[in-house]
Amino acid sequence: MSTISREEVAHLARLARLEVTDDELDAFAGQLDVILESMKTLAEVNTDGVQPTSHAVPLVNVFREDQPQPSLPRDAVLAGGPDTAEDRFRVPRILDEEA
Amino acid sequence: MTKLNDYDKAVETYEPVLGLETHIELDTKTKMFCGCSTAFGAEPNTQTCPVCLALPGALPVANKAAVEATIKIGLALNCHIAEWTRFARKNYFYPDMPKNFQTSQYEEPLCENGYVDVVVDGKDHRIEIERVHLEEDTGKTLHVGGATGRIHGATESLVDYNRAGIPLVEIVTKPVPGTGALAPEVARAYVAELRDIVRSLGVSDVRMEQGSLRCDVNLSLNKPGDEWGTRTETKNVNSLRSVERAVRFEVRRQSALLDAGEKIIQETRHFHEGDGTTSPGRSKEEATDYRYFPEPDLAVMEPSREWVEELRASLPEPPRQRRERLQAAWSLGDKEMQSVVNADAVDLIEATVAAGATPSGAVKWWLGELSRRANESGEELGALAITPAQVAELQGMVDDGRLNDKLARQVIDGVLAGEGSPADVAAERGLEVVSDTGALEAAVDEAIAANPAVADKIRGGTHAAAGVLIGAVMKATKGQADAGTVRQIILDKLS
Ligand SMILES: [Zn+2]
Repeated sequence: MSTISREEVAHLARLARLEVTDDELDAFAGQLDVILESMKTLAEVNTDGVQPTSHAVPLVNVFREDQPQPSLPRDAVLAGGPDTAEDRFRVPRILDEEA
Repeated sequence: MTKLNDYDKAVETYEPVLGLETHIELDTKTKMFCGCSTAFGAEPNTQTCPVCLALPGALPVANKAAVEATIKIGLALNCHIAEWTRFARKNYFYPDMPKNFQTSQYEEPLCENGYVDVVVDGKDHRIEIERVHLEEDTGKTLHVGGATGRIHGATESLVDYNRAGIPLVEIVTKPVPGTGALAPEVARAYVAELRDIVRSLGVSDVRMEQGSLRCDVNLSLNKPGDEWGTRTETKNVNSLRSVERAVRFEVRRQSALLDAGEKIIQETRHFHEGDGTTSPGRSKEEATDYRYFPEPDLAVMEPSREWVEELRASLPEPPRQRRERLQAAWSLGDKEMQSVVNADAVDLIEATVAAGATPSGAVKWWLGELSRRANESGEELGALAITPAQVAELQGMVDDGRLNDKLARQVIDGVLAGEGSPADVAAERGLEVVSDTGALEAAVDEAIAANPAVADKIRGGTHAAAGVLIGAVMKATKGQADAGTVRQIILDKLS
């Protein structure tokens, strides 16, 4: 029995803007379940007083001085988008009609 | 049509609970995680790079100046500065976010648990600060195809990413109960105080009208003794006056709904500058689910206590303390000082006094004639084309008797029109009090001859009638006489 439901997978897919077929929903639910089960094993370890890990490298306080660097040429930047107008990226309507 | 209660009635029945979220754009030279310039007004999409566009393989590095500025803000707001803090990704899709996530902070903000005290109606109100964290701004969208340039009804949008990645500090209050009918004024006073504090730190120009300080207003109502009600969040309330109006409107709107037995929907609302109303924002097609996770590309921060104390030692005098000091030095009453603060004239008056004017002279010009001019032209007082040194010079000319108030106002016309310093304008326009007593006496004689009945009255002891003759002399000299001197000459001649 999966601890993660098809509905939850569908919800995640929607948040990530992924199109997923019904068959894939079942398949991913099963696969994500395996991952969650593995995490449960980790959860058994006592981590009291252990700092959460974000990185594999033991670096802290990596900062940059506030010195301007050249930006990219605009043409190169705009070339990376599917459509442009007035030197800006052009995107489809953001809100649905009823919103 | 939205049903609204009378405000005073509403706050008799319900207790408002406030919450304020403020975003402040820092004025660092570069963006939060890359070296792109943050200069305002550049051509669209000329200040972007692989990092702020999140191109594959780009590696962000935190801007030290932005971290320092945030710690300073936290310290000035009496916060605890975290010993261990990190960035997090807030995941969502929206065209103004080129990365499809915003680098922000989640469970481990840089600063926590502070407070700000504001005075409203002679009473202290403590606003507790929950957190101060560092994140990045989004791009700017231009909505086209709609009737009003707004997102509603637009057929498409155009995006400029120059602003995407500029450091943004978010300051969140704890819920603020207990303000009662004063909720709108307390909200306004808090944002004003926050603005003054941040401005005094020199880390942002905090200009609400330019969007470098933006405010979201949370509000709920409950009956006394009940639990707190459901809150609404009114987004992008971008002037002090609007903060006050948004609170007031939501109190009136929510109380009408509650009176009718309806429920408040927890939602985002938009504020309309024109009529001071709010309306529901975009529908929640999906409950906010940002799937925050620790940002793997940025190292954890451990601000050393030495660094924090160094920054604490560098803090300027808190604005409130400074205002109290200046109020005493200028011998102003509470009301008068409040007017100075509301007119945003503290710095201007301080500089004018430093340039040699008396405090009363400086206050008189900035709060009187110059405030009136600023109102007329819709400018901020500080944006007027006259400097504190010029105001001090003008007041000096009045004190020396070279200008009267009427002539001084004409001199201001000239200075504002770019004709030079007050002395230049007075010389150029021939504005100078007539001090030649011979000429004044002749003008007085003419006025007496032209108004025999008035002259008789004055001879009879009715000195108040001298006003008519003074008016005539002022007219004859085109306002360039000193009224006091003229009056003395008249009384000398007619007694
Ligand atoms: Zn960049």
